[in-house]
Parts: sequence; C-alpha cells; structure tokens
Amino acid sequence: MSISKKEVKYVSDLSRIKLEEKELEKFTSQLDKILEYIEQLKEVDTEQVQVTSHSVELQNVVREDKKTKASLTNDEATGMAPDKEKEFFRVPRIIE
Amino acid sequence: MEFEPVIGLEVHVQLNTETKIFCTCSTRFGSTPNTNVCPVCLGLPGVLPVLNQNVLKKAIQASLALNCHIASYSKFDRKHYYYPDLPKNYQISQYDLPIGYKGFLDIRNNDKTKRINITRVHMEEDAGKLIHSEKSSASFSYVDYNRTGVPLIEIVSEPDISSPAEAHRYLEVLKNRMRYIEVSDCNMEEGSLRCDANISIRPTGSKELGVKTEIKNMNSFKAVEKALEYEIKRQIEMLESKQKIKQETRLWDADKEVTTSMRSKEEAHDYRYFPEPDLVPIIVGPEWVKELKASLPQMPDEKFKQYIKKMGIPDENAYRLTAEKELALFFEKCAELYDNYKSLSNWIISEIVQYLNKHQKTIHDLKKLDPKSFVSLVKMVDKGEITSRVAKDVSTEVIEKGTDPEKIVKEKNLKQVSDVSAIDKMVDDVMAEEPDAVEKFKAGKEGVIGYLVGKVMQKSKGKANPKVVTELFRAKLK
Repeated sequence: MSISKKEVKYVSDLSRIKLEEKELEKFTSQLDKILEYIEQLKEVDTEQVQVTSHSVELQNVVREDKKTKASLTNDEATGMAPDKEKEFFRVPRIIE
Repeated sequence: MEFEPVIGLEVHVQLNTETKIFCTCSTRFGSTPNTNVCPVCLGLPGVLPVLNQNVLKKAIQASLALNCHIASYSKFDRKHYYYPDLPKNYQISQYDLPIGYKGFLDIRNNDKTKRINITRVHMEEDAGKLIHSEKSSASFSYVDYNRTGVPLIEIVSEPDISSPAEAHRYLEVLKNRMRYIEVSDCNMEEGSLRCDANISIRPTGSKELGVKTEIKNMNSFKAVEKALEYEIKRQIEMLESKQKIKQETRLWDADKEVTTSMRSKEEAHDYRYFPEPDLVPIIVGPEWVKELKASLPQMPDEKFKQYIKKMGIPDENAYRLTAEKELALFFEKCAELYDNYKSLSNWIISEIVQYLNKHQKTIHDLKKLDPKSFVSLVKMVDKGEITSRVAKDVSTEVIEKGTDPEKIVKEKNLKQVSDVSAIDKMVDDVMAEEPDAVEKFKAGKEGVIGYLVGKVMQKSKGKANPKVVTELFRAKLK
C-alpha cells in the first residue's frame, strides 16, 4: 500500500472535504492505484539529472509595474459569489 | 531562579508598488471594497500570475539593506490553508529558496551594539481583509479582497533578541532602513508593517530553548514591547509554579494589556508547500546585485557614526536625527550653512522633532521649511541676539511658513534685552510682587531664584537676558 486510510482522512480534513466511511475506502484504494502507477517513475535513473522545480525552460518572466488591465467592478466581482452584502463577499462568521 | 527571554521576530513589510505582485490591480489603500480585484487575485480558474518586476527589485534592495545574501536561484511555492481571506485556498509565498538569506542588523541598546541575525527575507502575496461584526450573535463575516495580492516581504530574525527593549530597537532600525531605501512607508497603524513575535524563556545561561509561544495582534512598537513584557512574566510564573507552557498562538489584547490563547480549534500546521507551477524560477546575476547595492543610499547607522565622529554630535541627538532620512538630509543641508553642528542638532530636535510629534506629522508635511531660515534662527540664539524663549516662540512660524526669523524679530521687536537699566525695573517689580519667594531665597532656598527669573521673563515677553536677570537678583538679594 502506498497510502493508508488514515492519510486520506488526514488530507481530506485539511482540505475541508467531508468523506463518508465508504468513500474513504473507495478513495484510498483509488489513490493507492494512482500512486503506484506514478511510482514507476522511480525506476528511471536520475543520478545525472539536475533537480528542478519547473518543467519549462523559462526563467525571470516579469512584467512592468503598470496598470495595464482594468480591474473588475464591484458588481462583477461580488456578483459571482454565492453570497454577498453591499460591497462585501459574505461568509459564515469565523471567530467565536 | 533567574530566567532570560529568547525572542525572534517575524516582520511583514508591504512594498510600495503601484500594482499588485502577480496582477495589475492597484495596491491603493482605502478604495471601495472589492474594486481592486481581478480574476488573477480572486483566484479564478485558468488565470496566470506574472511577477511584478518592481516587487523583485524592491525585495532585493530590502534584502541588501538588511545585509542579506541574494539567492542566485529562487522560486515561489504554494502554501495551503483554508480561510476566507484567501480566495485560492493557497498563498503564493517562498518556502525553501527565499530571495534573501543570512543577513543581520546591528542595533544599539544602552550604549552597546548588538548584532541580530536575520534568517531570511522572502516575497509573498498579502491576504484579504475580514470584517467581523461587533455583535457576538452575528452569523456572518465580510470579506474585502482589495488587499489580496498586495506585495509583502517577510523578514525572519534568528532568536537573538533578549529583551522587549531590544525587540523595540530592532523594529525601529528595520523600519528606518526600509524607509531610507523607500521600499515601504512601514506604517504599523495602516498595516504596512506587521510584527509577530516568538518568545520562550530559559534559566539564565542555559543553552537549551524553552517551549515558545507566538504572539500576534500587536499594532505598535510599544505594543510589541508591552506584549513581550507580559508574556515573559506569564511564562516565568508558570514555570515557577511548576506548570507546563503550551506551544500555541496568543493574541495581544491592547485594552486589557494581556495575551490570551487563540481559541481556534487545534489544527495541524501542515501547509503542504509545493513549487508554484504557474511561476518560473528567478535567477539573479551578480551584476544586477552589484548595481542595486550601488543604488542604495547611505544607511542610518553609517550616518550615525559620521555625525558622532566627524561632527561631534551627542549620541542621542545623532540617533534621533538619523531615524528619518528626510530629517537627516535637512540637518545635513543646515550643516552646510552653519558649522555649530551640536547647536543645530539640539535645535532641530527641540523644535522640529517636537513639533512633528506634537502635531503627528512627518517632515514631508513641512513643505515650506527652509534650511536657511532655520539656520538663521539658531545663529541668532548662539550670538545672543534673541533668548531661547523667544526662539521657541518664533520657531513655529519658521517651521510652518519658512519665514526669515530676523524679519519676525524685527517686526515684533523681540531682540534680547541685556541692558541692565531696562531689566532693573522689572526685577524690582517682581521682588515687590513676590515677597514670599524673596523671603524663601533669603532663608537659603536657592532654587527659588528660577521662579523669580521666570516671572521677569514673563514680564519681558521672553526678551530679557536670563543671565543678566539672574545676576541682578543675586546682587539685590545678597
């Protein structure tokens, strides 16, 4: 096994995804298969390959510090959200 | 048992760019909520963040000003956590390869210099602002994403700070440097500088570290000092009564002046960092570093040394003059016109700095302040043409309007009066009006003379030469 049910539960808790016991079982076995598949990569000899954090051969892509595109209007921005009040996005109260 | 605190600070400084770190939305403070937002900073699917080159430049300048090494290879990472102030559910930050590392700041406390090492300086995006209702029964919170994506650098110190006063000095030195190089205005009240503190205590001399707590929610340097003082006392009391200190985050309550445990649910601090696939690595060559290093202005502590060694200015004056770049530059302009540096430094601090503190202004607000007229004021006092009292009365107009003090003195007839015959009558009058004080002086209470001289100064509207007045009293009351 590449991943345990306990680990799947931990990750789903961190991600605020509620999983039923049955789903936990199902996703653990599915994830396990995915991880196993990916582990094949370990068979490649990478002794001579430099570590990289990025797959594209690009560096220092930057832009000028200038306003080139218009921002959204308040209506456009908050209108997309499931809940709003006046100019604000509205969420369940967070502090006790 | 004696205990000593071990303190490390994490400081967030907002960089003063026009636009956000990864999109072209404005960074302006105080706009209508949710109007400086776009698909990139709102984290909508399919967008591509692109680094603002000014953020990179300012972050390197800040790192250099903090004596850091600049990483030749640096990258961004995603830090995951779930909170409504973060629309993407991750913050773009730097994890294992920050832009600056291994720096230091030298601070002065009680006339001793101490080096505080800096672990790292990294770039990241700010989160949004949450607004909570005062009422505890309210069932909603409100979110403004204007601040989301505003560029920050986080400056992490080593746990080298060993007192709340040292923490305060470190923050001052750090702020002054950031302001000197003009990468941030470092206004703690507006949130452009924020500070969290890690603190533990241990038996004095011990090498082992105690259990630390993290203190948040301090909104002034004074609050940082007070919160640390409180926390040291709390931790010592716990250890002395054989209780265990819990590793936790505590919030400073400025009204009650206590720290309280953040009652949020126990959560694993597992941010699951991984390299940000949308942003490419940053390579900074030695030529650019050299160029940016050369572009930095003279730093406050270099100025400080120069003022003391070359100009003979008292330590405390030099420290206060160099705290603000504009103030130091004003002093330097004055010093080109007049070489009594010590007198200049005294008058700048007693008049200009006091004025700024009293009116809650910065020297930028004094548009008409003119080195020439200010120097002329100091010269008049030094030459004995006006008394210190009169100089103080006149200084406000010189500071606010830049008026030539000679003109004011002439128009209002404020020249110092040293002529004995003119002062003599006033001295006699005061002696007649203040028989009790006169008796006390005669009975040997020397200190009363200050009171009597003050009375004559009042009568003369500050113009009488206090030295002459004092001599006259002494002669008459012998």
